[in-house]
Amino acid sequence: MGTDVVVVGAGIVGAACARALAVAGASVTVLDRGAAASATSAHGEGNVLVSDKGPGPELDLALVSVRRWATLAAELADELGPRFPSVEHEPKGGLVVVAGHQALAGLRAFAAGQRAAGVEALAVTGDDARALEPDLAPAVLGGVHYPQDAQVQPVVATEALLASARGHGAVVRTGVEVTGALRGTDGRLTGVTTTSGAVPGGAVVVAAGPWSGEVARRLGAWVPVRPRRGTVLVTTPVPGRVRHKVYDGDYFAATQSAGAELQTSAVIESTPAGTLLVGSSREQVGFDDRPRADVVAQMARRAVAVFPFLAQVPVMRTYLGFRPYMPDHLPVIGPDAEQPGLWFATGHEGAGVGLAPATGDLVASMLLGAAAAPGVDPRAFATDRPTLRALRADARPHPTEGAPA
Amino acid sequence: MTSLRMPPGADPARPGPDRPLTVWVDGEPVTGTAGQTLAGVLLGAGHRVWRTTRGDAAPRGVFCGIGVCFDCLVEVNGLRDVRACLRRAQDGDVVVRQVS
Repeated sequence: MGTDVVVVGAGIVGAACARALAVAGASVTVLDRGAAASATSAHGEGNVLVSDKGPGPELDLALVSVRRWATLAAELADELGPRFPSVEHEPKGGLVVVAGHQALAGLRAFAAGQRAAGVEALAVTGDDARALEPDLAPAVLGGVHYPQDAQVQPVVATEALLASARGHGAVVRTGVEVTGALRGTDGRLTGVTTTSGAVPGGAVVVAAGPWSGEVARRLGAWVPVRPRRGTVLVTTPVPGRVRHKVYDGDYFAATQSAGAELQTSAVIESTPAGTLLVGSSREQVGFDDRPRADVVAQMARRAVAVFPFLAQVPVMRTYLGFRPYMPDHLPVIGPDAEQPGLWFATGHEGAGVGLAPATGDLVASMLLGAAAAPGVDPRAFATDRPTLRALRADARPHPTEGAPA
Repeated sequence: MTSLRMPPGADPARPGPDRPLTVWVDGEPVTGTAGQTLAGVLLGAGHRVWRTTRGDAAPRGVFCGIGVCFDCLVEVNGLRDVRACLRRAQDGDVVVRQVS
């Protein structure tokens, strides 16, 4: 008897897929070449956001997922009991602030579009903003308050989803790296080969974050996920000083950009431990993990511009990780167009923690025919959507390539 | 002199003569030697604990001693969260114990 579903990747998205599939009755094996929640999921901020998304399929998925996190956090707490650490689901709300008139007009127009798409987005004046966040810079002119934004502790959340999956019969195998495809005599995918032997499965779900492109290649498939590096600064504890997820109005532009050059914007939030997490940066430098002091300095300057008191707060440490970046800014969720039995759940860039529950539900519903979450149209996330078909055509080797000049 | 402080004559680094300094810890004078870190002054005066955690009020002092763990934080001259193990003591420093 083979495993029904093999999930490649024990990060937040793989864990959410594994849990949804296991709860729906599938026999699930999760594989990860490292430890669970040890890569991208452990190097972000645990964002569960609607505020940074413009109208479109990703926002629709986010709206479902933000609601889903609230119930999921309670489900996981009930299921795992008081001895399991809390996933620290905090529906704290987001506050986007700007210091210029033109930026404020742009932000308000963006928020109007989000409101039409179902987001709670409340325009606030500078004084309103300072009532929500008393330590904001005097230069803040106004902004938008997003009560639906939330946060979880991403490592605990991943481990909780995996623990729940195990409770529903899933097996999680870490330190096991996928090396290739297992195929039947008809060439059809029947599982994966790994550094620890073959793992059969009727379906294989690739949820390997920024490494999904390489896993796809090993399975004879293609997905244009690329690493997009981000750095986070951690301050010493300053309990009570920052209450919301606060970011400057440049953040949305940075998330939507395609440039490989360094981009930073201020994103500041507290954790229940009292430390502040200060983001964010975006660089496309492959998997280069050498830290850059100039990136840290630029991020710190931007954060101080939003919260001047931070000039006197030490940065205790920094860390960096790799987001799974998609060139068309949408995740890939669904079956591979060419290989039956191969599925993808990846490419969420910086929104994997927020989008994981809805992604897991979507994969389970499509793969097993379980009840689908309302409000999500999976076609926008298909592996053969027009934008990816165009990229695929470019990626295929041209006949003249490699020919003598 | 406490057992935590090495007599200068026994120090294999053979330092020059001590230049004493005084720092103020929660209003009390504590004497040390120029060149010591604040953690060195505190340990030399017999203090092992100078911070309590916010959650469980657990005692904290020097853990790593090399600036990594952020356990030995003190307020120095009005600035919070200074690592005592890295900060060179200056005569007259005003040190306040921190909660958290």
